[in-house]
Amino acid sequence: MSTQNNGQNDKKVMLDLKNISLSFGGVKAITDISFNIYEGEVRAIIGPNGAGKSSMLNVINGFYHPQEGEIWFNGEQRKGMKPYEIAYQGIARTFQNIALFKGMSVLDNLMTGRFTHMNKNLFYQAMWKGPAEQEEIANREFVEHIIDFLEIQSIRKTPVGRLPYGLQKRVELGRALAAQPKLLLLDEPMAGMNVEEKEDMCRFILDVNDTFGTTIALIEHDMGVVMDISDRVVVLDYGRKIGDGEPNEVRNDQTVIDAYLGVSH
Amino acid sequence: MAANEITQPYPGPGLDTLPKILLHNVRMYPNRDAMREKEFGIWQSWTWTEVADEIERFALGLQARGLKAGDKVLIIGANRPRMYWTIVAAQAVGAIPVPTYKDSVAEEMQYVIEHSEARFVIAEDQEQVDKVLEVKDRCPAVEQIIFDDPRGMKGYDDSFVVDFEAVQAEGADIRAKQPDLFKQMTEQSKGDDISIILYTSGTTGKPKGVVLTFDNVIITSNQVALLDKLTENDEILCYLPIAWVGDHFFVVQAFCAGFCINCPESEETVAADMREIGPTYYFAPPRVFEGLLTNVQIRMEDAAPFKRRMYAYFMDVAKKVGIRKLENQSVGFMDSVKYALGNFLVYGPLKDALGLGRIKLAYTAGEAIGGEIFDFYRSLGINIKQLYGQTESSVFITVQPDGEVYPETVGKPSPGVEVKINDDGEVMYRSPGTFHSYYKNDKATEETKTPDGWVYTGDAGFFMSNGHLRIIDRAKDVGKFNFGKMFAPKHIENKLKFFPHIQEAVTFGDGRDACMAFINIDLGAVGNWAERNNVAYASYQELAAHPEVYNMVKESVEQVNESLLGDELLSHSQISRFLILHKELDADDGELTRTKKVRRKIINERYKPLIEALYNGDDQCFIETEVAFEDGRVAKISGDIKLVDVKTFATDANVAA
Repeated sequence: MSTQNNGQNDKKVMLDLKNISLSFGGVKAITDISFNIYEGEVRAIIGPNGAGKSSMLNVINGFYHPQEGEIWFNGEQRKGMKPYEIAYQGIARTFQNIALFKGMSVLDNLMTGRFTHMNKNLFYQAMWKGPAEQEEIANREFVEHIIDFLEIQSIRKTPVGRLPYGLQKRVELGRALAAQPKLLLLDEPMAGMNVEEKEDMCRFILDVNDTFGTTIALIEHDMGVVMDISDRVVVLDYGRKIGDGEPNEVRNDQTVIDAYLGVSH
Repeated sequence: MAANEITQPYPGPGLDTLPKILLHNVRMYPNRDAMREKEFGIWQSWTWTEVADEIERFALGLQARGLKAGDKVLIIGANRPRMYWTIVAAQAVGAIPVPTYKDSVAEEMQYVIEHSEARFVIAEDQEQVDKVLEVKDRCPAVEQIIFDDPRGMKGYDDSFVVDFEAVQAEGADIRAKQPDLFKQMTEQSKGDDISIILYTSGTTGKPKGVVLTFDNVIITSNQVALLDKLTENDEILCYLPIAWVGDHFFVVQAFCAGFCINCPESEETVAADMREIGPTYYFAPPRVFEGLLTNVQIRMEDAAPFKRRMYAYFMDVAKKVGIRKLENQSVGFMDSVKYALGNFLVYGPLKDALGLGRIKLAYTAGEAIGGEIFDFYRSLGINIKQLYGQTESSVFITVQPDGEVYPETVGKPSPGVEVKINDDGEVMYRSPGTFHSYYKNDKATEETKTPDGWVYTGDAGFFMSNGHLRIIDRAKDVGKFNFGKMFAPKHIENKLKFFPHIQEAVTFGDGRDACMAFINIDLGAVGNWAERNNVAYASYQELAAHPEVYNMVKESVEQVNESLLGDELLSHSQISRFLILHKELDADDGELTRTKKVRRKIINERYKPLIEALYNGDDQCFIETEVAFEDGRVAKISGDIKLVDVKTFATDANVAA
């Protein structure tokens, strides 16, 4: 099973990262990393703590700007964009340590995810009746489909801060989905979950990929999950790429085993 | 007991099957809502015309796919309009719908599929389809699975797994060519045709398929609809398992009277959906009413002191006045004023919060209900009544007439039903709802039904002097103490379960010298108590073993003992010792049925050491039990369980002995 990446040349590259290097002062977080994400695939980024995985996501969604390297998204090179501009391009994400509005209801949190789809100008928004109202109704309808999709009807009106952790994670996924992203970045979507919650989350991720055709890049430590649901895996260690390929290749790669996976005793 | 005459068996002349009634309702109420479901945050509705259209297309599609008269159609899913449409669509083709419990595991489902020889399976979603596929090899009769929710269903074998809408589209094509076909099909159905097979949950052994004819369900439903003056203006919420006869009965009544069936958004949103719909007619097993009451009590404990006092004061007023008012008895002027004020300040808002604000009539059945729970709702002005029935009787055997509601009885025989008590003290009945047979189980049919149509209920009971039936317990559960007195476990357990912190109780006493009890605490109520009292706990097991929790339960048990003192029949059944189990009794572990009834035999076997320890007078006992998780994995829970003595109260009989 040693399929080479170039055997998949028919697939369209959605995101291409070329020779990315990122440092904070003297600390080098990412050193000369290149990899790409195909349209419609589930791409996992794995590696030990401090390997630069979250930094990589921050680079992709424009929160960090790498000192060196090129980022190509849908065939265009990105230059000095702000995170919200990137959001408009169709990249949405969730965070490792949940970043929802705790005091707001689930519904309102999801509605904030629709901001890139609220285009009526200030005048209409202030007037409310008419176009702005129609737009909000359309957005609400979209959000209701996500609520249905994620099976969170019963907590629609509940303030997020009162929900258990596993459900908050699900709401965060919902908010990212509300943006109708082309590329969805998930930062440890299953951290701290029990087996049942993990199974649910896996199903949601696969269904998102399947139903909406959304491309997904995720960081995850649960190897069982990663190997199960991802199409390709990239492995980072100390800010460098040490492996890249299909789950089977990566699992049997000696460098990856030494650095991260280890062997069972 | 003389049977009341049946003057109007069907809702209209010749309307003896559900498909016929459906088309009748389209003529009568073409633009009235027949069904609603909350979906995407909004109540979506279908008029009778639209429902008939959906059913017609699906029925024609099913027939085109090879469904024939007499075939069985298995239905697995939640309370969704399409599941209900399937029932009538299958009947229109002459096939027999077999609804089953959606939370049953694959093996349980396999039994029903295999036993019913279902050719078609209608499944709600991917989860249910996967379950059927898992057991498919062992159920060769299954030819097609039709799914409602297309989510995640890409990549399944199209020839075997089909979309509901695709079948309907095929039906629409056929209708375009043969516009009268559906009508002709419905006209072929007859009242004595088999309408449905309902598998009973079975407190003992394998489930039995109860075969009911159209006449069984329609005549019975129609009598009760007439008795309770149900009209097309009523509203119900269907949230109970569709495989349960009570839910099916609801649907048939809705067809007979022409009222609207509302389906909740999801299982977890039932309470909120109730509030939005405000049903006028409601049917719930005692467990649901208990749950609602427990919830109210928990919330009141958390309320501000002023509200708490107001609640306590006005609930006392309600206890004194409410039931008398409901039964149109005279009450004093001051009491009337106080009750009116209470209605404005407490009862009204409370009923509204429970979704019972518009209730005209509520029934409870399935199990005996605690008198205290019953009185709570009636004192609020909710006309809740008990009925007594079973799947085999198409629900209704006896019902409490308005103005004659006594908590300890289940009422008088309902229209057309004859009831008698046989020499063994077992209740028997004969009625138009009497089931056809048990499917493929002649032996059981013969054991249950006499040649002249009398049915053994399996319940022990007697008629009170006022002509009301009182059920004591399941006949096979009623036992005798060694000293010769009757032991009726359910009665005592129900008294225990009234306390909000007790979720479930199992008592022992048959062939013993004293009554002992297992207790399951209610994690919601006790958890809330723990939170307020800074009691830290990591699991159910830890909380259940907490000394303070034991004290709380002990007090409750002593109160039950005190109340048993007043009942001549049962005063000697006072509980001498009890323990709190380390795990919740669970249907997944086979300890409860899917309708949450206790399976005594299994509990007797599994917890034998604990029972022995109770009778030996030990203070502590070690137990290890297996638990099954939802995904089928099995783990072990073990621990030492504390056994506690309880104060009992001397009775005259005891003193004499």
